[in-house]
Amino acid sequence: MNAPAAAPPRISLAEEYAASGVGPVLQELDDELVGLAPVKQRIREIAALLLVDRVRAKFGLSTEAPTLHMSFTGNPGTGKTTVANRMAQILHRLGYVRRGHLVSVTRDDLVGQYIGHTAPKTKEVLKKAMGGVLFIDEAYYLYRQENERDYGQEAIEILLQVMENARDDLVVILAGYADRMDRFFQSNPGFRSRVAHHIDFPDYADDDLLAIGETMLGRLHYRLDDGARAALREYIPLRRTQPLFANARSIRNALDRARLRQANRLLAEGDVELTLERLATLTEADIRASRVFRQSEGVGS
Amino acid sequence: MRVTQGCFSYLPDLSDDDILAQVQYCLDNGWAVNLEFTDDPHPRNTYWEMWGLPMFDLKDAKGVLMELDACRKVHGDKYIRLSAFDASHGWESVRLSFIVNRPKDEDGFRLERTAGPGRVQRYAVRGYGLDLPEGRRYR
Amino acid sequence: MNVQSSETVKGKDRYKSGVMSYRKMGYWEPDYTPSDSDVIACFRVTPQDGVDPIEASAAVAGESSTATWTVVWTDRLTACEKYRGKCYRVDPVPGAEGQYFAYIAYDLDLFEPGSIANLTASIIGNVFGFKPLKALRLEDMRLPLAYVKTFQGPPTGIVVERERLDKFGRPLLGATIKPKLGLSGRNYGRVVYEALKGGLDFTKDDENINSQPFMHWRDRFLYCMEAVNRAEAASGEVKGTYLNITAGTMEDMYERAEFAKELGSCIVMIDLVIGYTAIQSMAKWARRNDMILHLHRAGHSTYTRQKSHGVSFRVIAKWMRLAGVDHIHAGTVVGKLEGDPATTKGYYDICREDFNPMRLEHGIFFDQPWGSLNKLMPVASGGIHAGQMHQLLHLLGEDVVLQFGGGTIGHPMGIAAGATANRVALEAMIFARNAGRDYLNEGPTILAEAAKTCTPLRQALDVWGDVTFNYASTDQLDYAPTPSVAV
Repeated sequence: MNAPAAAPPRISLAEEYAASGVGPVLQELDDELVGLAPVKQRIREIAALLLVDRVRAKFGLSTEAPTLHMSFTGNPGTGKTTVANRMAQILHRLGYVRRGHLVSVTRDDLVGQYIGHTAPKTKEVLKKAMGGVLFIDEAYYLYRQENERDYGQEAIEILLQVMENARDDLVVILAGYADRMDRFFQSNPGFRSRVAHHIDFPDYADDDLLAIGETMLGRLHYRLDDGARAALREYIPLRRTQPLFANARSIRNALDRARLRQANRLLAEGDVELTLERLATLTEADIRASRVFRQSEGVGS
Repeated sequence: MRVTQGCFSYLPDLSDDDILAQVQYCLDNGWAVNLEFTDDPHPRNTYWEMWGLPMFDLKDAKGVLMELDACRKVHGDKYIRLSAFDASHGWESVRLSFIVNRPKDEDGFRLERTAGPGRVQRYAVRGYGLDLPEGRRYR
Repeated sequence: MNVQSSETVKGKDRYKSGVMSYRKMGYWEPDYTPSDSDVIACFRVTPQDGVDPIEASAAVAGESSTATWTVVWTDRLTACEKYRGKCYRVDPVPGAEGQYFAYIAYDLDLFEPGSIANLTASIIGNVFGFKPLKALRLEDMRLPLAYVKTFQGPPTGIVVERERLDKFGRPLLGATIKPKLGLSGRNYGRVVYEALKGGLDFTKDDENINSQPFMHWRDRFLYCMEAVNRAEAASGEVKGTYLNITAGTMEDMYERAEFAKELGSCIVMIDLVIGYTAIQSMAKWARRNDMILHLHRAGHSTYTRQKSHGVSFRVIAKWMRLAGVDHIHAGTVVGKLEGDPATTKGYYDICREDFNPMRLEHGIFFDQPWGSLNKLMPVASGGIHAGQMHQLLHLLGEDVVLQFGGGTIGHPMGIAAGATANRVALEAMIFARNAGRDYLNEGPTILAEAAKTCTPLRQALDVWGDVTFNYASTDQLDYAPTPSVAV
């Protein structure tokens, strides 16, 4: 047996935690991302596990390098990429990846157009991701059941090989819609067995989305007046019922359009004195002009 | 005989960890790393064969080692050198270059002399390996 | 005396026959702002006792441009106000009583394009013997981009030299063949062969090896080139030897250069004493013939070393970058010859940077653009050895030729062993630096580790490990390194 050394080193978990610098990253994650409580909880658990693993290794307890590949499932705009970025930093601070950068790709970056094109493309991406985290968005597009000669299969094989053999060098995060990822894992047991952590990203609650919207605007030095805030509060559930709803991303798009309308309005209002207040404020009209409101009226009437 | 081109030929052959450290230095400086191989290591043979394109935008040296491993599998019986390019204005050339693989037995070079006018001698350096065609040397 | 405003005498009175002070003739213009195309010189002026520093500085401006001792009416046939050198600033030298830095601007039209001889005939032509001055030193010059671009510059440059030699990422290694005088051609070639085969990139003729009774130049060239070729075959590396082509006439120099080329040498060498025009001629020849041009700064200390009188080496370095040499000896800091670290850093920057910002703490008085003129490789030579490798790399950087003459040839186990010791020490130090080690502080440890697998290095460290040359430098800086200095 691998008995612990006679006088085990004195190690304080709190000190280890402080020394790792993970705390500030988790805090940023908390501050920066509204809602997502279950996700944050899972990230904290993983960080704790890795920290304890590291301490165990110092006592000579654990030998095997943990598998760190993950899958992030959830609808678009639920914060998967942002969390992946933070995850890369956490893994870096804990010493599980050397550089801590994130390389974000989709099928087009990995799979080629002609024979002999795929392997170099996939390897190019893998080389750039070495020492960091490779984030494959909508990973299920790599696998096309209907076409067995699809070049995606070649990319999958190279990925699997690297995920197995270069576990110290690279962490892969596969991301996409939950149902499609489930089917993807069913048809590709190789991936299923190599992914240790599954994190599900729930849709944002309406209040969360409102808060996200206000944070986004704050960063750009805009604010909502009371009427605009009420309008946005109405807008969110309406938008959710419409096609192609993408959580935070839909809110961002809505606000981008509201900023366009505000600019247009300021120009149209002509020679009124331009105050900082007016430049920074989105009004109810800027929000209410959205098509989303008109369509819902149409449906109702 | 040992060909002493490159930056580290007078040191014992580099381990993979040694190579990783040097490559990381290059990447941290923003240089692109390139692998080349040859079975004609003449001192004035500038153009060794390229193993793929230079690797741009890498963060971690392990990516280069992946390619080096692949290159060694195919050309392990030849010379392989690693060079780092700096694209900044005023340099735009190689910044560091060193040999990372050698044949088991290095043939070396013969110095050929031809008498010229007066006491002048014309010299030519010729690799012994060159008597075999390209690709069949150092087997 | 009022020094606040210009007191230049204007109009008719200015050209009345007789003697007039230089400041009144218009050579002192405190309100003048130099234009981007002006040549600017900074002189250290030591006036004779009782001579006003402004008048002395104005006299320097006058004597280095249009003036003579008396008023001449023929000035009025010219745009003389344009052609006058204009002293626009005089500062007392910090900590040196009786000395002043005088800044003088010269119009670009005063100088022939592409001629160091013409530039120097003006700037250091007559004025250094001027009686009202005790001493005069040219400290620095700002050469405007418009003038820089009229020169060819180094024929090869650092980057292309490295490409031709296929040597990247480390200083080059050289050695000067010793003894300086007396070896026969055959014995001389032996030293070249051993040193190159042992691991050096270059060997070098000394400055006074030309064509003497003990070894005539053709003999030297033939034996040296046999040695170079033998060493290339033995190592598989490009090797070179600086064949000194210095001779009594340009015709002889061209003949020697042509012979070196015919024998396949990649480099030739000249001495500073051949003069600026001869240097520029050889630079053009070298560019035409794909030859690296090495310059030995023989004789420079006669005018560069004393702080109060002469020409600073930083100015010589600038002139040589314009004139066009590829190598220049620029000091070692730690070796046996003159050179304080900050001043030497200034020389190296002049050789190697695309643009020199003003850095008084390195003795650089002006911003100096180089307009993509090739960089020139500084050479560190004289009293350096393998045990100082970490200091040399730290002080001098990567683009430099380190010449270990005694440190190679004096090795107890022979010349090749000496060369190997230097090469191993160098490669080990570069390796350690790149791998992120604190090579300056761990230097001796890194060398000791490398010596474990290299007996010649261990022997070198045993013999020379403790040798240092610690003497106060005579040419130190006037400005302490402070974060900001008034312009």
